[in-house]
Amino acid sequence: MKRALSDLFGGFVSLLTGLRITLQQFFKPSVTVHYPHETLPMPERFRGPVMLVRDPATGQALCIACKSCEKACPSDCLVVEGVKREGDKKKSVTEFKLDFTRCSLCGSCVEVCPVDALKFSKAYNLASTSRTAFCQIDLLERREEPRP
Amino acid sequence: MLLEQTISTRGTEPAPETFVLNLGPQHPATHGVLRLKLTMDGEYILRGEPVPGYIHRMHEKMGENRTYAQFLPNTSRIDYLAAMHYTHALVALVERAAGIEVPPRAEYVRVITSELNRISSHLVWFGAYLLDLGGFTPLLYAFDDREKILDLLEAITGARLTYGYYRFGGLANDVDAAFVEGTRAFVTYMQPRLDLYRKLVTDNIILRKRLEDIGPISAEMCRRYGASGPVLRGAGVACDVRRTEPYSVYPSLDFAVPVFPEGDCLARYRVRMEEMAQSLRIIDQALTQLPEGPIQAKVPRVIKLPPGEYYSAVEAARGRFAIRVVSDGKDIPYRVKLRTPSFANLTLFEEASQGMMLPDALALLGSLDLVIPDIDR
Repeated sequence: MKRALSDLFGGFVSLLTGLRITLQQFFKPSVTVHYPHETLPMPERFRGPVMLVRDPATGQALCIACKSCEKACPSDCLVVEGVKREGDKKKSVTEFKLDFTRCSLCGSCVEVCPVDALKFSKAYNLASTSRTAFCQIDLLERREEPRP
Repeated sequence: MLLEQTISTRGTEPAPETFVLNLGPQHPATHGVLRLKLTMDGEYILRGEPVPGYIHRMHEKMGENRTYAQFLPNTSRIDYLAAMHYTHALVALVERAAGIEVPPRAEYVRVITSELNRISSHLVWFGAYLLDLGGFTPLLYAFDDREKILDLLEAITGARLTYGYYRFGGLANDVDAAFVEGTRAFVTYMQPRLDLYRKLVTDNIILRKRLEDIGPISAEMCRRYGASGPVLRGAGVACDVRRTEPYSVYPSLDFAVPVFPEGDCLARYRVRMEEMAQSLRIIDQALTQLPEGPIQAKVPRVIKLPPGEYYSAVEAARGRFAIRVVSDGKDIPYRVKLRTPSFANLTLFEEASQGMMLPDALALLGSLDLVIPDIDR
């Protein structure tokens, strides 16, 4: 009997305390970001789909086609081919394909690159109606951040 | 025992009609694709058989056909809510086996990020568990706080869930002053929030009635099934890998291992709530002791472990996670075995749920804090 009464009273108080907390929350500013009307800036290190770094003067890709990224990738997402042109010291890239359907954005390719020719984009909301849109992405052609 | 009581009120025989109830694989209370095959006698469970395997991804086999560095991203994806701890286990294993000395700054940052990850993982459990029990509001509070942790970790790792932040011999990149300040601010912010959770949820009479004396799990049962983590500590055993098999810089940090001897759902609930407070304490100390210096040791380009067997365990958010690697001296491991806490914790469900009412069994299932990819791996 005594236990039941203390349960009743204590329980009632505990419910009131909870209600008070939720009521206080009601008057606090909203923390929700109303996506897609508002978006948050992506942090500097955000790992989006990789893209090639280009020389700002010539627009040429910095990639030397050494294939380190191809080897480092755990999921075999990258295909890199290059040739050595007459008069050039280094190889230049002729093909750079990304299979984004298999990419897990681990960043091994960016980390292993000896000339920092790969970087992460800030794209986080890519979408398509067909799977083929992502399985053969030609990074040599893409010059801007990927957009949905 | 409960089963016997219900049967005795009905007569000597169990009801002639039992039925099989499939809970899952797509059920909100199983948090993923776990299937429970429940043989029911009315509202009471005669036998609750878990059927895992719906999200099996062969992580062990994947480990056996790629190099150690290539397997590293996988470790974030076994238990996606506690990615840091799992990566820690693999890097610690390789570092110990290859004799790599990790710089102290890297070790401290590992502890800070691991403990942040533990709090965020417990917050997800807290929100989702109360959702299972029928309380929606606490989820919003928990996710508001978790968002702050995710923002901190995203700024330094570049991802919100599958961090993949640790490297053999160090870290992927260094933390900046903004992270240290932000984490400090989070610690001061979070302590009163835990108090708020106590007032809002833990002391709530409805929750108490729902969890007290429900789903008892004894220390003996934990021993038989190999249960670990909050399940074991909620059964009164002060077993924490950070204490029993110290790794990283945990020995130099002062923290308590919360233990509640009752063994019911409420005890496991309180262990996790108390663990969040202890994690905050660890983060606070680690931030104060955080030394300057390099974050990456010199590591050979191709990692080959000498032939032999290696084992490394960490205290993940759900209990003891361990990796065993058998190496034959090549750059690809011969065998990788992952010991995941959720799997061991799930196995005791069949015995523990016997004779329980269905809603109580869901409270028990939630209190085990299962992550299904962690079971199936």
